[in-house]
Amino acid sequence: MKDNATPPFGADPCATEFRLNGASVAVSAPPGERLSQSLRERLGTRDVKIGCNAGDCGACTVLVDGAPVCACLMPTARVAGASVETQSGLVAHDPLAQRLADSFHAHQAAQCGICTPGMMVAAMALLRAVPSPTAAQVEDALGGVLCRCTGYRKIIDAVVDAGVGGMPPQPPSTGDVGQAIPRLDGRPKLDGRERFGDDIAPADTLVLRVIRSPHHHARFRLGDLQAWQAANPWVALVLTAADIPGRNLFGVIPGFIDQPVFANDTVRFKGEAVAAVVGPADAMAQFDAGQFPITWDPLPAVLDVATATAPDAPRLHPGHEGNILCQGFVKHGDADGAMAAADVQVEGQFETSYVEHGYIEPEAGMADLVDGRLHIYGCTQAPVMDQEALAPILALPLDRIRVLPSATGGGFGSKIDISFQPFVALAALRLGRAVRITYSRQETMASTTKRHPAQISLKVGAQADGTLAAIAFEGQFNTGAYASWGPTVANRVPIHASGPYALRNYIARAQGVYTNGTPAGAFRGFGVPQSAVAQEVLFDELADKLGQDALEFRIKNALTNGTPTICGQVFQQGVGIKACLQALRPAWARLNAEAQAFNAQAGVLRRGVGVAGGWYGCGNTSLPNPSTIKAGVRADGTVVLHQGAADIGQGSNTVIPQIFARALGVDVAQIAVIDGDTDRTPDAGKTSASRQTFVTGNAARLAGEALRRLLLAQVNAADDSRIVLGTAQGTGLVVEDATGPHRLRLADLPVDAEGYVLRVQETYDPPTLPLDENGQGAPYAQYGYAAHLAMVEVDTKLGTTRVLQIVAAHDVGCAINPLLVEGQVQGGVAQGLGMALMEEYLPGRTENLHDYLMPTFGDVPPIETLIIEEPDAHGPYGAKGLGEHALIPTAPAILNAIGRATGARLRKLPVTPARLRAALKEVGHA
Amino acid sequence: MGYHRPDRVEDAFQALAQGASVIAGGTDWYPARGDGPVPQHLLDITRLPQFSGIARHDGGWRIGAATSWSAIVNADLPPAFAGLQAAGREVGSVQIQNAGTIGGNLCNASPAADGMPALLTLDAHVQLVSAKGTRRLPLAQFVTGARQTALQPGELLQAIDIPDTWAAPGTGAAFAKLGARKYLVISIAMVAAILRLNAGRVADARVAVGACSAVAQRLGALEAALQGATPDEFAARVAQAPLTGLSPIADVRGSAEYRLDAVRELLSRALMTAAEAANER
Repeated sequence: MKDNATPPFGADPCATEFRLNGASVAVSAPPGERLSQSLRERLGTRDVKIGCNAGDCGACTVLVDGAPVCACLMPTARVAGASVETQSGLVAHDPLAQRLADSFHAHQAAQCGICTPGMMVAAMALLRAVPSPTAAQVEDALGGVLCRCTGYRKIIDAVVDAGVGGMPPQPPSTGDVGQAIPRLDGRPKLDGRERFGDDIAPADTLVLRVIRSPHHHARFRLGDLQAWQAANPWVALVLTAADIPGRNLFGVIPGFIDQPVFANDTVRFKGEAVAAVVGPADAMAQFDAGQFPITWDPLPAVLDVATATAPDAPRLHPGHEGNILCQGFVKHGDADGAMAAADVQVEGQFETSYVEHGYIEPEAGMADLVDGRLHIYGCTQAPVMDQEALAPILALPLDRIRVLPSATGGGFGSKIDISFQPFVALAALRLGRAVRITYSRQETMASTTKRHPAQISLKVGAQADGTLAAIAFEGQFNTGAYASWGPTVANRVPIHASGPYALRNYIARAQGVYTNGTPAGAFRGFGVPQSAVAQEVLFDELADKLGQDALEFRIKNALTNGTPTICGQVFQQGVGIKACLQALRPAWARLNAEAQAFNAQAGVLRRGVGVAGGWYGCGNTSLPNPSTIKAGVRADGTVVLHQGAADIGQGSNTVIPQIFARALGVDVAQIAVIDGDTDRTPDAGKTSASRQTFVTGNAARLAGEALRRLLLAQVNAADDSRIVLGTAQGTGLVVEDATGPHRLRLADLPVDAEGYVLRVQETYDPPTLPLDENGQGAPYAQYGYAAHLAMVEVDTKLGTTRVLQIVAAHDVGCAINPLLVEGQVQGGVAQGLGMALMEEYLPGRTENLHDYLMPTFGDVPPIETLIIEEPDAHGPYGAKGLGEHALIPTAPAILNAIGRATGARLRKLPVTPARLRAALKEVGHA
Repeated sequence: MGYHRPDRVEDAFQALAQGASVIAGGTDWYPARGDGPVPQHLLDITRLPQFSGIARHDGGWRIGAATSWSAIVNADLPPAFAGLQAAGREVGSVQIQNAGTIGGNLCNASPAADGMPALLTLDAHVQLVSAKGTRRLPLAQFVTGARQTALQPGELLQAIDIPDTWAAPGTGAAFAKLGARKYLVISIAMVAAILRLNAGRVADARVAVGACSAVAQRLGALEAALQGATPDEFAARVAQAPLTGLSPIADVRGSAEYRLDAVRELLSRALMTAAEAANER
């Protein structure tokens, strides 16, 4: 093999010969190079994924002489003479791996797919040794691989069913709305072909590394960069704030664009970018960022809301007195009066922590110049927003920037904001050639957005008969050093903090507060999971005080059709919370009886069952929020769907075509799909706020209907005619009506620039109304609803909590793909469980995946999903959004279960063993 | 410079003298580099003949320093090793156990090293080799502080020696690790225990605690207090024993107070598990 990477300095490369996926290979790499790096960059085996470079995530798992190891912790030179197997080789050569891939496909065990290579390789080691593994054996064997999307249960099912005697389910195949077809984009995730952000760039692409602040707050001076570059001739380029041709700011909300690409002279958080260095890959691998010439002058830092709002606190942004970013407010009826008149009141102060998104794919991508235009490749949730954010920074018109999303290895909100894009864009423009970047695990954790830590004061009143009387909510949300989606959180929380309940008297105020913490932004639920913790936990205490059953109390107060929300919005249809809560009644009775029987035996283990509800308005709050879908027909009869909704694992690459196919009246497999590319797919908006199935789905429905009308009109066929596409794509198009088949003479029609003879483009924008000064109006066209049960077992001596079972009822209006619904629910539950019990990001202290704990295989219990379909008048075929809803009730349900198991009422998340043990002692546990 | 993977210990000493960085399993070596560059001069000790494998010899057992945790977990070892094997099953993940070594775990000298408590209860000694010869140290004298060992320049940890102290019938051993999740977890606290029962009473006991002090500690006072106890009495004796030598810190995983509280519970449970194992023989 050609040595394509002699380092410019350092030791001579070592030649290592071994067998890779059955073939003899030789690789020349610097001593000590990680096997993962050699496999990916020197041998092209990019199915080996790098998630942490520390053995904490297992994504890089390969088999060395049959044994699973983390390739990131193995020197390449060590495998001399050994046999190395990776996902792509296993699936190509081993029928057992092909069976495993089929089982993963049928179970939708891959969502985003970034952990899938590690999962499948670890599973292969198990299946070769244990042909029919049990679920427990799967958990033990795969326990070293983290997944952030699936909640693990589908992966367990898939591996068990891949074993001898297992039966991979045979899904139905037409792909109509309501059918649980496998993901249309699923196969590449299972055979190693999928290309994520770091998988695009050729191995010889220049590498960019960002220089970041080691201080929470500091002034800095750059040294003599010209002299430094001259002393380091391998450096291709150094970038600083001075190199930005346009506006050195980015953000996501007009009026709150406040974060510099590179800090000018002051950094406001640890991890903020100050400069970038570009060079050849092997030189950059040896680059020590500590050498970069810069001097720091640390300043006092404010890391929480209390210190940031203190009178003497440093002001972080001009125009924001008291470091207040902004405020949201909703007032309905007379909360003070009703509270005073209520028969029963409860109140509490709650605190939640920073939560890390924890996608296994760190931000990665590449920029290049193609025919004078800038191409940006990489992971993203919002390709058009990326384009719009880059244009003013680069001083380029929009049409000079093309964003080509790669597969995205999880996002959960953080990949809506730009991260790596401006750095590589600036470098590519300056150098006139491609430049790539991959964030390290530490870098992604330290520099990208988090869930807002919240401090909440809540008071709830009710009448003696159990009717809710009033809620008063005050919340402060730490938005970190820059605004990001802080204003959205501040606005959304007051609209949701009542929960999905009928209430006449309500007041809620939420503030975003600047601190020197890591910027907090969008994360599954935009602040609602935090407020739901306070509200649902106090509802349990209120039910107890009233002597009422916690579930029945919620059912009694559930919002119904025709009842105004706390924003005064009245839905005459589609309000499904009562149905969700009622669906839990059998499990509530059964699990409570089980817990009671268990607790009848004395012991240190106590069980309890908790319930919580939740709701979430789909789409932007009272703002335009359109999605556009385009489709065309080629002269050969091929129907092409241009679908630009970013699939970050949630499944829009499958759901949107299913909706379009239903509207057009054809099988989904017969449609050719073009996924996100800002040149080819119209703007489908960002993947956020549970809006893609609802909003882009509606655009797809409209486009399908329009195309159907257009096709039928070609032969003047009746509305109920059948459209028949050839069994293979491109083999003609026939319309059948009562008079028989009519072949469309497509070849006679003029062909447009994109190769289409017929085309449609449709836009959908949800109908909303602005909110007045009291937050009254119609903020969303639809809400989705959810209610969860959790059964837990608490070890009262150690303070540890094991979640034994989750039952999750979700009103999705119409389950376009029920298996994707289950996948969203299970993944959301796992994140809610993590938020409840273990996840606590501390800036500067937990910037890795061994100090920051996310749930592993053994932590997520069986999850029973109850799909409720209360159709929504605005949703495509009645469908509602789901992404955020899956997370919202989980944490409060777990907290309530702990309370019922032990009597301990926790007010601070996460409920770590130390915090729970302290609370248990306070309520009298020995 | 370069990657050295010698099969003669003399060659290893030479590379060491030239400043090579010692790597065994790599599972701590790589994470220790953070985002910085990886050293370009490495000494890989995994092929050295005296450094790998588990062997019975006169008076005890010898575990090569570069023996992987998986090899230890899967080895056919006496009941006294049950705690060490249980600890091995909780080192990181299967992937980590397949690469990570027992010697690396000791040399890395983390306060939360999973192997330390069980090895302390087994009265382990370390064999250190250098060009000048071989020396032997009790494990407690080898790990001297957080991230600190008695390893001298030019010296390598070659093997861990474990005496046959616990060969008698009636011996049971156990390990208990407390973490905030199931897999891939760093200990909040952990304990190892070995005991020998005679007519239902403790004839001899060793207990050690990890992640509650800079270096894992044997609890001599508790060991003495356990003499003659029946399993029913374990909890009371543990509750009354001074936990001398433990000085837990408060960190992201838990408060100092919590650690001390949890350790007593872990000790009681590990002793009960060990007693059950002893009774089965």
